[in-house]
Amino acid sequence: MSAPTDLRGTPRGAAPDPRSPRPGSSRLDAVAASVAANRIRRGRRRRAVVGVLVAALVVVFAVSLMVGRTFYGPGEVLGVVLGQDVPGATFTVGRLRLPRAVLAVAAGLCFGLGGVTFQTMLRNPLASPDIIGISSGASAAAAFAIVTLSLDDGQVSAFAIAAGLLVAVVVYALAKRGGVAGTRLVLVGIGVAAMLDSLTAYVLSNAAQWDLQEATRWLTGSLNGSSWPQVVPVLVALVVLTPVLLSRSRDLAATQLGDDAASALGVRVDRTRLVVIVAAVGLISFATAACGPIAFVAFLSGPIAARLVGPSGSLLVPSALVGALLVLVADVVGQYALGTRFPVGVVTGVLGAPYLIWLIVRTNRSGGSL
Amino acid sequence: MTADHTLDAEHLTLGYGELTVVDDLSLVVPPGRITAIVGANACGKSTLLRSMSRLLKPRSGQVVLDGREVHKTPARQLARTLGLLPQSPLAPEGITVADLVGRGRHPHQGLLSRWSTDDDRAVAEALEATETTALADRSVDELSGGQRQRVWIAMALAQQTDVLLLDEPTTFLDVSHQVEVLDLLTDLNRRRGTTIVMVLHDLNLAARYADHLVALAAGRVHAAGTPGEVLTEDCVRAVFGLDSRVVADPTTGAPMMLPLGRHHVVAEPAVGGSAAS
Repeated sequence: MSAPTDLRGTPRGAAPDPRSPRPGSSRLDAVAASVAANRIRRGRRRRAVVGVLVAALVVVFAVSLMVGRTFYGPGEVLGVVLGQDVPGATFTVGRLRLPRAVLAVAAGLCFGLGGVTFQTMLRNPLASPDIIGISSGASAAAAFAIVTLSLDDGQVSAFAIAAGLLVAVVVYALAKRGGVAGTRLVLVGIGVAAMLDSLTAYVLSNAAQWDLQEATRWLTGSLNGSSWPQVVPVLVALVVLTPVLLSRSRDLAATQLGDDAASALGVRVDRTRLVVIVAAVGLISFATAACGPIAFVAFLSGPIAARLVGPSGSLLVPSALVGALLVLVADVVGQYALGTRFPVGVVTGVLGAPYLIWLIVRTNRSGGSL
Repeated sequence: MTADHTLDAEHLTLGYGELTVVDDLSLVVPPGRITAIVGANACGKSTLLRSMSRLLKPRSGQVVLDGREVHKTPARQLARTLGLLPQSPLAPEGITVADLVGRGRHPHQGLLSRWSTDDDRAVAEALEATETTALADRSVDELSGGQRQRVWIAMALAQQTDVLLLDEPTTFLDVSHQVEVLDLLTDLNRRRGTTIVMVLHDLNLAARYADHLVALAAGRVHAAGTPGEVLTEDCVRAVFGLDSRVVADPTTGAPMMLPLGRHHVVAEPAVGGSAAS
């Protein structure tokens, strides 16, 4: 391509235009430069936000390994992480705190990614998997598999993902009949979620070995009693499904313009939607099978990330990091900051509920379109 | 890269579910010209446009761009030649004008090749052509209807397609903004030779701005040709079920339709006449 012939085609018997092509060329360069400068500035802000989130995550992760009933210094913790034998710390940090913190981060990444994917795809902040029943479905299936059927961790994950996908299909089918997605889908999803939550409660109350730990895990989400066999499937899901979502992030962003506009830009809308739904439901279900539907993390991460990054570009990575940070901070707070030990879902629930109310109030004020 | 793309619909039958909207329709789009499609509500105008841009798969028949069936052309490849501005696209909350216009570059970017200086330049050209450069950093939410429509057209321009389809680009705009948008599209056609196909509601603006006018009625082409050939009193009656008079527009010489309602008409209409002589 030759450099200055930017305006394509030949004028069709038109009078020469004052703005093009020659005299406009230098002005065009200036506009292009300012477009580029803006784009680069937005990119910088994004990278700065991601950098700060990663740094905060590392700090909180380290703190969560150090604090507890017994305090261990950074040296001892690092020793355990590197596989050295540190008296006392090897058990407390290596067997109790480390799998718990890793699960908190991994589950938070899953919830953050899965949540923002749904919110972006359905163009609605209320359409997150924990509001529209997908987390509830995965949770009910996991509770049933563990409490009633006594299955092992891998089978539980399979149960959870099958239920998550089934709920996604059911909610989509019920909402599609009117042709209008959006608000209708959210309302159908809330109804389905309520049904599934009561199913979870039913499974738990019928269990032979009724215990409160299990109950809180499946109803609000909890990291109590985390162990490596629970953590591994979540890590595998992250490694496999995150690249799938990231490779579709630009197509996903294009679908925000509406299905027709996205198709006109060359996006295969139906295929993108299918791939993205399966990947997001997978992430949510694996995380839910390990630690329950940690309340509102999927719902909160995307909007918080959007506030931090500003309205441009993909929110997938920032939202994943916000999710991880939310779960980790909420767990540390729930364990040590409140006198009594609360499960993580109680803390995130307290954070999420006011935002949900605010969002609904704002939506009603602005005339109903979400 | 002159725009001499051929775009034809051949025996196209389109519908949704049980409903047949377009029935055995054939249409040739003149390359490098402005074509306007007019017709009554629900006559299949938008459906036809959606099918021509690959959004709706035909029940039978085909749409052919440069000898190749569009429904068999890879989506991204098609999107580099043929663009569509749908009737009501959605702007993500808080998005800036420059960012939205940049979305038009999607079909030109691969998974690995991200933004290039070509992309920046294409966005700059689109902003300049639509006179939205001054709005580049504004949020789309804050813009007026006319400004917003110019921004959407800028997005379609940034896609740099030689064929551009627009579904009612002037709806919801007041008359001055309607004229502004149509002037802008004419500039685009004259300067770059872009083939433009648009669905329009306003017959008189269609007759003024189109080189080629297509009147649809009940899913078929009732008449196609120059505005002078197509916009006749008989045609208006057949397509819209409306009695009218067609006179020469004193400012352009294009045919101009004056509807005859049941009230207020004092001059004697030329009953059953064709064009004004």
